[in-house]
Amino acid sequence: MVLVLALGDLHVPHRAPDLPAKFKSMLVPGKIQHIICPGNLCIKEVHDYLKTLCPDLHITRGEYDEEMRYPETKTLTIGQFKLGLCHGHQVIPWGDLDSLAMLQRQLDVDILVTGHTHQFTAYKHEGGVVINPGSATGAYSSITYDVNPSFVLMDIDGLRVVVYVYELIDGEVKVDKIDFKKTTTTSH
Amino acid sequence: MISDVAEDEEKWLAAGIAGLQQNAFYMHRALDSNNLRDALKYSAQMLSELRTSKLSPHKYYELYMRAFDELRKLEMFFKEEARRGCSIIDLYELVQHAGNILPRLYLLCTVGSVYIKSKEAPAKDVLKDLVEMCRGIQHPLRGLFLRSYLSQVSRDKLPDIGSEYEGDADTVTDAVEFVLQNFTEMNKLWVRMQHQGPARDKEKREKERSELRDLVGKNLHVLSQIEGIDLDMYKDGVLPRVLEQVVNCKDELAQFYLMDCIIQVFPDEYHLQTLDVLLGACPLLEPSVDIKTVLSQLMERLSNYAASSTEVLPEFLQVEAFSKLSNAIGKVIEAQVDMPTVGVVTLFSSLLTFSLHVHPDRLDYADQVLGSCVKKLSGKGKITDSKATKQIVALLSAPLEKYNDIVTALKLSNYPHVMEYLDNETNKVMSTVIIQSIMKNKTCISTSDKVEALFELVKGLVKDLDGTLHDEIDEDDFKEEQNSVSRLIQMLYNEDPEEMFKVICTVKKHILTGGPKRLPFTVPPLVFSCLKLVRQLQGQEENPFGDETSTTPKKVFQLLNQTIEALSIVPAPELSLQLYLQCAEAANDSDLEPVAYEFFTQAYILYEEEISDSKAQVTAIHLIIGTLQRMHVFGVENRDTLTHKATGYSAKLLKKPDQCRAVYASSHLFWVDDQENMKDGERVLLCLKRALRIANAAQQMTNATRGSTGSVTLFVEILNKYLYFFEKGNPQITVSTIQGLIELITTEMQSDSTTPDPAADAFFASTLRYIQFQKQKGGAVGEKYEPIKV
Repeated sequence: MVLVLALGDLHVPHRAPDLPAKFKSMLVPGKIQHIICPGNLCIKEVHDYLKTLCPDLHITRGEYDEEMRYPETKTLTIGQFKLGLCHGHQVIPWGDLDSLAMLQRQLDVDILVTGHTHQFTAYKHEGGVVINPGSATGAYSSITYDVNPSFVLMDIDGLRVVVYVYELIDGEVKVDKIDFKKTTTTSH
Repeated sequence: MISDVAEDEEKWLAAGIAGLQQNAFYMHRALDSNNLRDALKYSAQMLSELRTSKLSPHKYYELYMRAFDELRKLEMFFKEEARRGCSIIDLYELVQHAGNILPRLYLLCTVGSVYIKSKEAPAKDVLKDLVEMCRGIQHPLRGLFLRSYLSQVSRDKLPDIGSEYEGDADTVTDAVEFVLQNFTEMNKLWVRMQHQGPARDKEKREKERSELRDLVGKNLHVLSQIEGIDLDMYKDGVLPRVLEQVVNCKDELAQFYLMDCIIQVFPDEYHLQTLDVLLGACPLLEPSVDIKTVLSQLMERLSNYAASSTEVLPEFLQVEAFSKLSNAIGKVIEAQVDMPTVGVVTLFSSLLTFSLHVHPDRLDYADQVLGSCVKKLSGKGKITDSKATKQIVALLSAPLEKYNDIVTALKLSNYPHVMEYLDNETNKVMSTVIIQSIMKNKTCISTSDKVEALFELVKGLVKDLDGTLHDEIDEDDFKEEQNSVSRLIQMLYNEDPEEMFKVICTVKKHILTGGPKRLPFTVPPLVFSCLKLVRQLQGQEENPFGDETSTTPKKVFQLLNQTIEALSIVPAPELSLQLYLQCAEAANDSDLEPVAYEFFTQAYILYEEEISDSKAQVTAIHLIIGTLQRMHVFGVENRDTLTHKATGYSAKLLKKPDQCRAVYASSHLFWVDDQENMKDGERVLLCLKRALRIANAAQQMTNATRGSTGSVTLFVEILNKYLYFFEKGNPQITVSTIQGLIELITTEMQSDSTTPDPAADAFFASTLRYIQFQKQKGGAVGEKYEPIKV
């Protein structure tokens, strides 16, 4: 059982002062094995905070990120799954699932994590899964109205991944989960 | 010289101890053989060692402690004797035959202890006798230790109410009288030490006196433990007598120590009820006494008392504690003209804390304290003493911590006046404290007046104050400061759009004074506050009878334009471009075509004139195309102009792969799913073909420069785009077009001159898998894909 935290588009401090308190109290160091972040943190303080939650931190660059040297895309393997990471402002039309699926094929990954729209999505297609954890702070987005703060926790176990999405709605944290199974093992 | 003296002292102490031990030995031998006379003889000799004048207090104490231990054993012997029927009264008589007075008195006290325990005489009589007789020793050091011994052996034998030594009524008075007398005499001896010896040794004497102070203070402690003393007795009997001695002794060391002792040792309720008396003594003390520390201690204790339970608060009101303390402080500051700033501020800080704890609802009291502080500080200019600045920060932080709400602190009219006295560095520190308090308590500041007041307070962070040198500031610290201002802007919010717009205008006014270094931090959060307001206004119906001056999206966009324009002095073209595009999208959602067009124009100008870095250009193009693709507000002409420009920029990017990708991305500008008239299949195909040509050119370039064709990734990407539009139903994209491209790629990959690229291979493979999958879907999709051969 490997826990992977996916969260992004925090936009601290331009659009939000901080993570919601209820999220902060849930995210405790030592429980999570990997963190993947599609981008738009935006400042070093947030980077350092995420590092304290888990030293294995992967970030791709969002257009407002202070750090210029984050890569545009990243791939990594966790257990039987290949994961891809990209902020998503580079994929046009923004939020278009077919275009994102193309990126997924290009990166050759089972799970593609992306952001930019600030809207949670989990889209399954024949090539794998596209996950958008939304905005962890509920930051303003020109694309999505009424953004609720959200993040995703993936539990990778063998050929199965359970995606838990945590959303803060009217002050309460609501959880939902989606199951995905791979049919074949990763070939190299 | 001094080390000689120290050496000598060691010698004398050693000699004293030796003498003491030797006599103790003989004393014990005599006790063992029940020889009372000899025991007394040797004990007197032993105690004679305490007659020395050669030891410092520290060394004398060592000698004293050994004697003390021996006397305990002697006391036990006397007790045994008494049990066996020996007359205590006779013993009491007998010990008075000791030759020298000091040993005589020590022995008398020892027997006296047994005498009281035997209850053959009332405790009060014995004690009175002893305390009187101790007057026989007027030498300060010896007298202090002797009386200390008396105090120690009598502690548990005082005729207190409820004690076994109570005797008849009115007996607490006797206990009190005994302790008070002992205290008074001890203090006199202690003060006398100050005047012994030559003037040049003054410091040494004061140090020695300091070592002995607890001997004197112990008496007050004993008083506080006497159960029979109630408030009335304390008020009428105890406190006045103690204070009389404190005032009359006219000794700075004693006065400071004893005032502090009184405050620490007696209960807070007593202090409240005797506040007049206590405070009344203060001006009577020697001018050199550090009265401000005493007062601060008192206020601190009372503050904690108030904080401990709300039930005690009415008492404070009843005795008018606040005004009494306030007056006392005023008098002290007036009297001590040379009091350093740190002292003045500490006093007010303690008073403020007191006021906040005791009268939390009386903001006027808190403001009064701040006002008095300002008055006393006036004319001193900015404070540079670091201790004083620390105290001012503590003073200003107190209301923040108490109320957890900056809005309440903002109501204190003198608060900003106090801040005027801070130097620039400290102003920044205080501003940070204020912002942290807001963030911690998640306070929302909601009117433009309060925002104005708040920004006045934190102006040290918002702009350069006179005299600040920019080079002095550490970059990381500066970033942290500005990020906190950024966060602060998020906390300014009002549901009512009119008021919110006023708030925004106030913030804009202040941040535009920040200068080029600060604007990149402060402009974005303001911009997003504006965009949120626009969205809120969108939701509201336009009021046809509305005021001309009411807030409209248009007005907000005007402000946005001005605000982003300010970034040009930094300059920050990439950031400005991003913000203009955000505004354009918002204008789009508000159906304001000219406004949206204007924002796009500004963004394009920035791209053409200011953004020359290749990587920045690629990001900018993505944002331009991505935003433009979503616009529905533009009429045909405007859209064409903007699209044409965007595709033009795409084709002129430096690196061929970037060009290729930007061009095929712009194909989406000609095809928008949810708008029927926005599906121009031809233009889409033109873009894709152009992208193909660029990909080809890229291949040829690689061939020319490296001798092998580069990877086919670009072709696979373009293939995917073909499939995308094919699926969407673009009639210009046919099966044969797709087939052709598939074959092209396959050939390229198999060619010898192509560098093998596993990533490209995998990409192509998964694309083909996709086509296969779509074929198997069946239905309309399956039909479409059927003819494609993989």
